[in-house]
Amino acid sequence: MAADGNRSFLQIQDVVKDFNGHKAVNHASVDIAKGEIFALLGPSGCGKSTLLRMLAGFETPTSGRIVLDGVDLARLPPYERPMNMMFQSYALFPHLTVWENIAFGLKREGLPREQVAARVETMLKLVQLPKFAHRKPHQLSGGQQQRVALARSLAKQPQLLLLDEPLGALDKKLREQTQLELVNIIEQVGVTCVMVTHDQEEAMTMASRIAVMSEGRLLQVGQPGDIYETPATRFVADFIGNVNLMDGVLAVDEPDHVVITCADCRHYVGHGITGSQGMAVTVALRPEKIQLSRNKPADEYNTALGKVKEMAYFGSFTVYHLLLPSGAPLKVSVANVERHRSDEFTWGDDVWAHWSRTAQIVLTS
Amino acid sequence: MNGANGTNGIGGRIRRAFSGRRIVIALPYLFLLAFFLFPFLIVGKISVSEMDAVAVKDLFSVADGSLRMNLKLSNYAFIAEDSLYLQTYLSSLRYAAATTVLCLAIGYPFAYFMARAKSSRQPALLMLVMLPFWTSFLLRVYAWKGLLTEHGLIANLIIGSGLDHGLAFAGLIPAPGKLMNTPFSLVLGMVYTYLPFMILPLYANLAKMDLRLLEAAADLGASPWVAFWKITVPLSKAGIIAGAMLVFIPCVGEFVIPELLGGPETLMIGRVIWDEFFSNNDWPMASTVAVVMILLIIVPLAVFNKYQAEAQEHGR
Repeated sequence: MAADGNRSFLQIQDVVKDFNGHKAVNHASVDIAKGEIFALLGPSGCGKSTLLRMLAGFETPTSGRIVLDGVDLARLPPYERPMNMMFQSYALFPHLTVWENIAFGLKREGLPREQVAARVETMLKLVQLPKFAHRKPHQLSGGQQQRVALARSLAKQPQLLLLDEPLGALDKKLREQTQLELVNIIEQVGVTCVMVTHDQEEAMTMASRIAVMSEGRLLQVGQPGDIYETPATRFVADFIGNVNLMDGVLAVDEPDHVVITCADCRHYVGHGITGSQGMAVTVALRPEKIQLSRNKPADEYNTALGKVKEMAYFGSFTVYHLLLPSGAPLKVSVANVERHRSDEFTWGDDVWAHWSRTAQIVLTS
Repeated sequence: MNGANGTNGIGGRIRRAFSGRRIVIALPYLFLLAFFLFPFLIVGKISVSEMDAVAVKDLFSVADGSLRMNLKLSNYAFIAEDSLYLQTYLSSLRYAAATTVLCLAIGYPFAYFMARAKSSRQPALLMLVMLPFWTSFLLRVYAWKGLLTEHGLIANLIIGSGLDHGLAFAGLIPAPGKLMNTPFSLVLGMVYTYLPFMILPLYANLAKMDLRLLEAAADLGASPWVAFWKITVPLSKAGIIAGAMLVFIPCVGEFVIPELLGGPETLMIGRVIWDEFFSNNDWPMASTVAVVMILLIIVPLAVFNKYQAEAQEHGR
């Protein structure tokens, strides 16, 4: 059965996984298009791995359907599913060489010897490891093992590639380098891919779309930019990146703007929201969208006076932790565009924070 | 560095020689040296000595101002010539091999399911495997005599179900109805006794296996059956070898079980050694039989170990 253009390639329909009364996955539904790299992102224990294992067939959904290319996968055991998984910390077979590891799946298909050999050679070239064909996994570095695992999971030309924390076992420097390499290979092969990660940076750089999960639920699905700039809930705003959350009350509710009164400032938001006057809302403000100055800004809105309590220098930027009059903290991230600033803020300074009328995200839930 | 700082001087050497680590390693070796190698050398010496009535003569004698060494090699020649010894060796190896294969066939599935059982149940299962050790080995083997003898519990079951005809057909018992003192009763007794020695190393090996490897195999299209043979069995090779050695080696020289459960046609080398020592009182001959038995086991094992070590060096 071939997928027509409009239909989603992989459909996860109202899937529930119940472990003795604990719902590890709670009514998850999402459609994934062909060729997409889709990331399930969430803290550990949020159910993302369980969902991935249900796709692979290692767990059976308590209810709901998983449909791949029009075929319901429910009755298929893992070894009959047209998908392959790259396991967390790889699960390479220690008694087999790199070559034999990659050939393992092909041999199970009963392909003729020459075809297996040709396919393995192609995969080895794809991950740039032809020289290591006859090594055992323990003779390889972490990065090389990761590439063997990728080659092994791509060798059978699966319709769907599953990645379980694909870069979790690598150190930070290698991870950044490998992220793009991995995406390049996946796009070169053109396989649809579902990955699981707890690392938001990994999800943002690699995935075309992200689903943020918490406590078994898919909280928000969208492109990395959407998730970051327009989070739908407090959890998503807080989980993705750094954020300042301020509770307030909707004071002015106009179609083209709203004013929200908080303890330390009054927010003027340059667009309407669905709500009513007097309603309690939360304003989310990213630290990099705030500017600092020593002089009081002319605008009466979107400004707050704070005292510098902590400074964290990250090289390319510095994060100032301000203490607002109400005792609430405010994180402000300032790019270090100059090597030496003459009027650098320091501990104990009183500074004015200011942000634009489009910087805030108003969360009503 | 010079001698004064103690690392190269005599004092330093002595101190290093008696460091805690070395003593811990050396003690078992000293024990083996004193109670294994040394007695073995004595047995070897006796095997090439002449008997003087009931005493074993010295290898060296001084007479007329010349040192003479008497090496009596006729026992070895005799063993090589008399086909009964050869047959007994081969028969011992066969029974030991059969026992090992049966222990593996019974022990592997057992160890496998024990290792895959709920972790809360594993200690209890392990306990059950070791439970027989709480009773004397001799008593347990003796009990089989009662079970297998005419009108014994197990004998009645086997004969009642007609299994004895199958055993007779396979040549394991001389005639239907007669179970005791046959190859069947001998191997049964040895499998029963040595099974835990197969199960324990296999269990230890299988329990620490990474189960994600089986998931990876399933993911790549291997059915559970294929994954078992392609992944589980090769990865448990070390456990299989350890278990097989623990069963095979003592089985070759086993004396008590053939004595109690074996019969006239179940030739085992352990009984021959006993007979030579205590019935014939021919210590040199008995020693010769023992030395040849040990060499028969040790030489192939040493070769095997060497290959194993080399294979390990080339990456597992």
